[in-house]
Amino acid sequence: MQSKIRARASMRLGAAIAAVSLAAVATGAVASSASASAPTVKITVASLLPGSTKAATAAFNAQIKLFEKQNPGIQVTASTYQWLPATFAAKLAAGTLPTMFTVPFTDGRSLGDANELYNLTSLAQSLPYFNKFNPAVIAEGTDAKGQVVAIPEASYAQALSYNRQLFTEAGLNPNDPPTTWAQLESDAKQISEKTGMAGYTQMGASDNTAGWILTTVTDALGGRMETGIGAKAKATFSNPAAVQALNILNTMRWTDDSMGSNMGLSWGTSNQAFAAGQVGMFISGSDVYTSMVQTDNINPAIYGLAPIPLAKNKNAGVLGGGTLTAVSAKATPAQAAAAVKWIDFYYLQKYVNRKDAIAWAKTEVASKQPVGTPEVPIFNAKQEALYNSWIKPYINVPLKQMAPFTKAIFNEQIIPEPEAATQAIYGDLDSTVQSVLTSQGSNPSALLAAANSTGQASIKSGT
Amino acid sequence: MSKIDFMPSELDQSQQTAIAALSAPRPAPPRYRRTPLTWLQSGGLSRLAFLIPLIAIFGAFSWYPIVKLVITSLQQTNFAAPAKWVGLHNFSLVIHDPLFPIAVRNTAEFAGLALIFGYPIPLVVALLVSELRRRRGLYAALVYLPVVIPPVVAVLLWYTFYNAGPTGVFNTILHWLGIGPQPWIQSQSQAMPSLVLESTWANAGGTVIIYLAALTGVNSELYEAASVDGAGIWKKIWHVTLPQLRTVLLVTMILQIIGTAQVFLEPYLFTQGGPNNATITVLLLIYNYAFGNSLGPQYGEAAALSVMLVAFLALFSLIYLRATRSWSSE
Repeated sequence: MQSKIRARASMRLGAAIAAVSLAAVATGAVASSASASAPTVKITVASLLPGSTKAATAAFNAQIKLFEKQNPGIQVTASTYQWLPATFAAKLAAGTLPTMFTVPFTDGRSLGDANELYNLTSLAQSLPYFNKFNPAVIAEGTDAKGQVVAIPEASYAQALSYNRQLFTEAGLNPNDPPTTWAQLESDAKQISEKTGMAGYTQMGASDNTAGWILTTVTDALGGRMETGIGAKAKATFSNPAAVQALNILNTMRWTDDSMGSNMGLSWGTSNQAFAAGQVGMFISGSDVYTSMVQTDNINPAIYGLAPIPLAKNKNAGVLGGGTLTAVSAKATPAQAAAAVKWIDFYYLQKYVNRKDAIAWAKTEVASKQPVGTPEVPIFNAKQEALYNSWIKPYINVPLKQMAPFTKAIFNEQIIPEPEAATQAIYGDLDSTVQSVLTSQGSNPSALLAAANSTGQASIKSGT
Repeated sequence: MSKIDFMPSELDQSQQTAIAALSAPRPAPPRYRRTPLTWLQSGGLSRLAFLIPLIAIFGAFSWYPIVKLVITSLQQTNFAAPAKWVGLHNFSLVIHDPLFPIAVRNTAEFAGLALIFGYPIPLVVALLVSELRRRRGLYAALVYLPVVIPPVVAVLLWYTFYNAGPTGVFNTILHWLGIGPQPWIQSQSQAMPSLVLESTWANAGGTVIIYLAALTGVNSELYEAASVDGAGIWKKIWHVTLPQLRTVLLVTMILQIIGTAQVFLEPYLFTQGGPNNATITVLLLIYNYAFGNSLGPQYGEAAALSVMLVAFLALFSLIYLRATRSWSSE
């Protein structure tokens, strides 16, 4: 019994000491914070894709340190981030998005119209280089009221990534990628037959990517999946180019058997398969090489980038796209200002400031990160030329292997993404692509006609 | 006949007196008026103190979300802008959605296939394991092993099994048997059976353990009596084992039907509802309403379909329990 009493007494003593210690710590903390000259603004920022390499993470963290050194009143926390429709909607509803995050061109305006993004107009316009933005690109982040709700950070055109090693193994010239769809079909067949790998793959997952690439090919053949803007837009899935795009797919899948065995590839898994040397050709953004370095450890020697073959008609063009930086509507004015400072520092200074461009390039090169991946300019042509001259000595991507793309792209027509209900339109087309890829003898015209009514309903509902 | 209605003659006098005392009508207990004071004196406060955490936890994490779900089903909201009351409009939108009948049909197909293949397999396995004379525990553990594997890991594992190329695990086995490669989850007709196969493998272990536990409760004398009557193994199973397990069988069946009606993990991870909506289920449709679109989350429609699913399952369970009441209480 006595030992129990002693134990209780000792517990009480311990609790008292702990309480006094806590009080002392709390008092110290209060005194310490009171002595600080200015309150620290804390922001979380979208950083790299989940699963990025240690080197890429180290490079990002080095940029944060440099930023915090230059801005002593701002504390930045990195948050791994990948924009995906499902996780984005959930995080937005739950209020768990970082203070600063990125969204694709498809979503900027609509999110702004729904008051889900911070109004950055005055902060963006105070950037000294605001007038140098490519007007078409800044429009992607401007809502219906004319407010700037997102600032562009990258723009790309769809392109054909191809594996030079598989081209060589198949007896094809790696410096001569296909320039017509007939040639692409033939090359894919040859790669498949000679190497046993997929000659050509096309995204077919139910996450809007299948519809995205079908839209890309349709645009390249001179068709459009949607005309008009806003609620007056019209779904035009049943166009001859879309039928042709599905027929090409049908031939490669069922007649040539040149598409391998995985018909459910998405953006990430396509990159993985390509970086692993299992794919001859696939369509994605012209900047996809950066992700394949950061996430998939691609061997640069195998990489080749070419323009998407365009049909010989005046409507044929290359689908464009890009990434916008945005700030949570829940941010305080101080956090929004700090976030724009970060956007300026991390994403934009390198395009407008020689010293920053060189410092950024040096950091990236030191961390073995790609510098010089082909982009579509977000600033005007003069500024873009300046930027390219600044980073030229540090370019470490195999630019020569990307020459087929870089030589051609500036002479090609860039087509903006469907304006109304973009992601929903892509989603409505997913099952059309899947039908062709998984069901022999499917009828593309009938599939597109069926999907068209769903697409029109999506436009009507605005989602 | 109650236990004290008879009084065997072999009981001695004291025992008979005791039984008589027990069977004598008891005086009615004095009636107390319940007042706050008596409630306090009888330990009401401590009972309340024990109840409060329970009520708070259930209230916050179970009852409030249910109420909120019903409210959301009557609203149009994205949880960012103020919600708008829309009455039953969300229910109407769901019913008129072309994907709704597809999702219901697919869910019914999954539940049906799971009932045909997934329901008897655990019973057969349990019977086989229970018949083993040695290392019964080892085999039971091996059967249970898939349940221990995290579901996502299991799906990733089976994803490689279902590789549609000639080098895929299942296609290699088929090649040995002289059968060509199959598309598995990449085929509109094979996708759903493929999901049921994986689901059965992943979940059967738990049901096997329940059956094994129930089998230990079957009186061995019944088997001995059946043997004396000349019953073989099948007759023993049919006339002894199954009737003795009927209550457990009924419970596992309703649990399986409720579970399969809410199937989400397999279609979400394997196929995301594809190809061409061949594996979109009711729960996946709810998920797509809520999170499938980055711009216009249809939380109201997601909540409306959830309410419809709950109502259907509650009604189904009620009918099932009433219909099987006489069988389970025989």
